[in-house]
Amino acid sequence: METVTLQNIVKTYNNGSVKAVDDVSFTVKEGELFGLIGPDGAGKTSIFRILTTVLLADKGQASVAGFDVVKDYKEIRASVGYMPGKFSLYQDLTVLENLNFFATVFGTTIEENYELIKDIYDQIKPFNNRRAGKLSGGMKQKLALCCALIHKPKVLLLDEPTTGVDVVSRKEFWEMLKTLKRQGITILVSTPYMDEATLCERIALIQDGKIMTVDAPENIMKAYPTKLYAARSREIYRLLLDYRSDEAIESSYAFGEYLHITLHNKVHDGLSKLNEIAEKKGHVEIQVKEIKATIEDSFIRLMGEKEAKV
Amino acid sequence: MDQEKVIICKNLTKRFGDFTAVNEISFDITKGEIFGFLGANGAGKTTAMRILCGLSFPTSGEATVAGYDVYKQQEQIKKNIGYMSQKFSLYENLTILENIEFFGGVYGLERKEIKRRTEKLIDTLGLQKEAKKMVGELPLGWKQKLAFSVAIFHQPKIVFLDEPTGGVDPVTRRQFWDMIYEAAASGITIFVTTHYMDEAEYCNRISVMVDGKVEALDSPRNLKEKHQVTTMDEVFYLLARGAKRSDN
Repeated sequence: METVTLQNIVKTYNNGSVKAVDDVSFTVKEGELFGLIGPDGAGKTSIFRILTTVLLADKGQASVAGFDVVKDYKEIRASVGYMPGKFSLYQDLTVLENLNFFATVFGTTIEENYELIKDIYDQIKPFNNRRAGKLSGGMKQKLALCCALIHKPKVLLLDEPTTGVDVVSRKEFWEMLKTLKRQGITILVSTPYMDEATLCERIALIQDGKIMTVDAPENIMKAYPTKLYAARSREIYRLLLDYRSDEAIESSYAFGEYLHITLHNKVHDGLSKLNEIAEKKGHVEIQVKEIKATIEDSFIRLMGEKEAKV
Repeated sequence: MDQEKVIICKNLTKRFGDFTAVNEISFDITKGEIFGFLGANGAGKTTAMRILCGLSFPTSGEATVAGYDVYKQQEQIKKNIGYMSQKFSLYENLTILENIEFFGGVYGLERKEIKRRTEKLIDTLGLQKEAKKMVGELPLGWKQKLAFSVAIFHQPKIVFLDEPTGGVDPVTRRQFWDMIYEAAASGITIFVTTHYMDEAEYCNRISVMVDGKVEALDSPRNLKEKHQVTTMDEVFYLLARGAKRSDN
């Protein structure tokens, strides 16, 4: 069963001059952990705002937990937990006051659904009397998640929960999401970090308001259409420029400690070709290997294809 | 690479009351180096960076930036560095030209010189058509590229980049790093903080701060070998998972 559906959703701003969401369709299945992956300005937040009924789409239909985002907005608000990208709790209320407030608004109590938030809440409980504004980034994130869960929603909508948070807190946060998923909650989460894509069951890659692809991360990576190579030498930036200026090379870009490179179709032995170019240019400590594409490689490739079409 | 040291830091410490934000950190950074300054939230990165930018006095220890002392020569430090962060870099409601002119003026460049360099910069960035547009109207990626160009407009010895690439797409992020490489190749020292661990790999050397201390300092390759892992992400996780502090 589908818990979230979007059908040809269009949203424009400034009298149609800015197309934020451009004919977007995808579905999130019941109990699924689904990732919306894309940079700032891709349209992620507009999609969240449409799904949470706080923004009306220009065109298209969408539903959450079986309810239409326009007609049934009241039901949706009761069945959805929403964590906006910007910290939106009351900064001058304490941890406990915030929780109580959100519980009351949704006609429930902290005790009623305590099991659901227990693991997360236990970590911030020692700071019950601290004002939310005085919490660290990681703790704010945990409190926001507790508040979003307090009414036991069917669906969690999390808009960039890990942006600007360090690696350790990000790992912890994804662990919490996995736990929530096990309890049957459907989760739609957005992130600009490509490496988080593989933590989702399925993802949509989004850029400039358009969905470039929707699939399981493994399938997207497998679908990479050409051979991909990694190379490095002692002077990596010079190597990047040298590869770029060679006509056998289709694309070359930095990726961690290596460059990632694709070659034009007519080149048969890619490894030899890349070694040859590097040697000719006087590089030392050359290392070249064939590799599997990551989500980020796929994203870059799809962006290029999209631009080529325009 | 030229071996001139542009940042020297020795037992640098900053206390706020009984809280030691920066705890005896030491490192040297060489001219033209790309130095990654990493740490968990709340590790003390921002405090250390503020001292090195001449915005805050240390409690003890020594440091010189571009040859100037962080206690006595804060104003000279400010003149010789550039700064860019994702949070603040340019005035959104000034045009591109006005922003460049403003920052050029702030850094004491002469009008003729500003004009000459501005033309060159607009040309390099290919922003001829947009030059008179408000910065606020530019896409995020362009803003960041422009902000970086403005930060090095006065040809500083060092540029401090505080999480410069947050939120942009992977292609734009790489174009941005091309600019960083180019600036480094021209002799500008790059001091950069980032949450993207793959970007950490682009740095010549990296320091990882945990609870006010520098817990590791080496090239990305050596750090990975030392911890027997394959990515900087894992190195960072191993070092920072025991952190007691978080940001406030």
